[in-house]
Amino acid sequence: MSLPANETRFLQDADALAAAIPDGAFVALPPDYSLVAMEAVRALVRRGARNLRLLGVPQLGLCADLLIGAGCVDEIETSAVSLGEAGLAPRFTAAAQSGALKVKDATCPLVHGGLQAAEKGVPFMPSRGVIGSDLLRHRSDWRTIQNPLSQAADPIVVARAIEPDVALFHARWADRAGNVWIGRRRELATIAHASRSCYVTYEELRDGDMLEDELLAPGLVTSVYVTGVAPAPRGAWPLGVIDVYPIDDAHLAHYAKAARTPAGFERYLDDFVRPGRAAGLGDRAAHR
Amino acid sequence: MTSYAPEELLASAIARLIGDAAHVAVGAASPIPASACELLRAQSGGRPRLSLMHQRKANPYTEGARELFDLAGQGRVDVFFLGGAQIDGAANINLVGTGAYPDVQARFPGSFGSAFMYFAAKRTILFREEHSRRVLVPQVDFVSAPGSSAPGIWRRGGPQALVTGKAVFSWQREKRRFRLESVHPGCSAAEVRENTGFDYDWTEIVPETTPPSAAELDLLRGPIAARIALNYPDFARRVWFR
Repeated sequence: MSLPANETRFLQDADALAAAIPDGAFVALPPDYSLVAMEAVRALVRRGARNLRLLGVPQLGLCADLLIGAGCVDEIETSAVSLGEAGLAPRFTAAAQSGALKVKDATCPLVHGGLQAAEKGVPFMPSRGVIGSDLLRHRSDWRTIQNPLSQAADPIVVARAIEPDVALFHARWADRAGNVWIGRRRELATIAHASRSCYVTYEELRDGDMLEDELLAPGLVTSVYVTGVAPAPRGAWPLGVIDVYPIDDAHLAHYAKAARTPAGFERYLDDFVRPGRAAGLGDRAAHR
Repeated sequence: MTSYAPEELLASAIARLIGDAAHVAVGAASPIPASACELLRAQSGGRPRLSLMHQRKANPYTEGARELFDLAGQGRVDVFFLGGAQIDGAANINLVGTGAYPDVQARFPGSFGSAFMYFAAKRTILFREEHSRRVLVPQVDFVSAPGSSAPGIWRRGGPQALVTGKAVFSWQREKRRFRLESVHPGCSAAEVRENTGFDYDWTEIVPETTPPSAAELDLLRGPIAARIALNYPDFARRVWFR
């Protein structure tokens, strides 16, 4: 594994950013409670992305359900897919049950651990637990080994390093130096560090360099990891950005209901994802 | 007699099971365990510490979601909660699906952190509102996380109890079997037997689960409802703001 030191590209919008993510890419995505690049996900659906593999860090929600329903995804590796209080993720559930979607089931700490191994450039990460779980029997990239530093018998599970092609998430700010601010959502830093490329949409662009601000600097993913950024105001909607806008629970409930059938899901795409639908844009404004 | 919602009974029963603890962590969508922990905190001046993974404002984790697992790995989490689309009499849980995996019949969200947390947290309270033979099965179709481990396998903790919409079971670690501790008001031991797919120990006279007191209900409906609404708005609306 050898990864580049980036010079961040400034892209025009979420659609330009989605165009830079190739079909077939292994894309790491955060869960609904973190900073999800929903506008870029909608742009991936608009451009008809195909054969993506998704990694849930450590689980997935609305973004995965949209991409799966729109036929963009061949396989997902995740600890879970759920819409939280809004219930099961309907397109994921249907695709997994029909066999159309391959699911590589994981458990949260081994997703984090595999990415942390990639961050360090080492081949695997050990973890306690997991022995006796059927997950282990279906994961050729997880093994049980003897603790090499113990004289006593001490089996321990190791998970192979996870190296995504693309980290994709949303940020409160980007700056002109190419840094992005993610605050306490440090799982985003982990995926940025572990991935070959990293694309970030942002709420607002700040002048200058956030590294010069002692209060902002600890919440940064610095530009060395960032391949490209694009503006997307309210780009996490209907998910939230802390202190800027909350999760739109009513919209999530609407989605969960609409997406129960393929026809309802298609109508949802027409109303909220595909371009040039004046009525849909009106609805969307109403939902905001 | 004061009337109460089933969710309020469950929260007060779970609060008693948590008992003395320094740190309780709550994972994915678990408003009733979160309410139980808030009830204890309101009764005892802020103990135990509560870490809610999905907390929207002032989330307790500053190292990302992995911090929960790191804390548990170190032994800093006393009590955790797990559910199960299926739970069996050996306290194994299945959060993945029914049928012969990977060709699942019904697909559920997935294992979340269960395969680790069930080992690392000092105590795990299993919680599932639906009490039926569909959920409480002789043997799970897929083991997301095992209820016990062979000697020589590292394991700090395991199941403490199973709470359902009908009853409370304790887990007997040595016997590797559940024991029926109480049935909720309005439900009978025979009804529990009828709706449970696995064997468990029981006594001739099974006590009734203590209902929430008037003081507990005041707390649940006042400050706790307001706090829970911040992170579980649908639940709070359904139970308290009808």
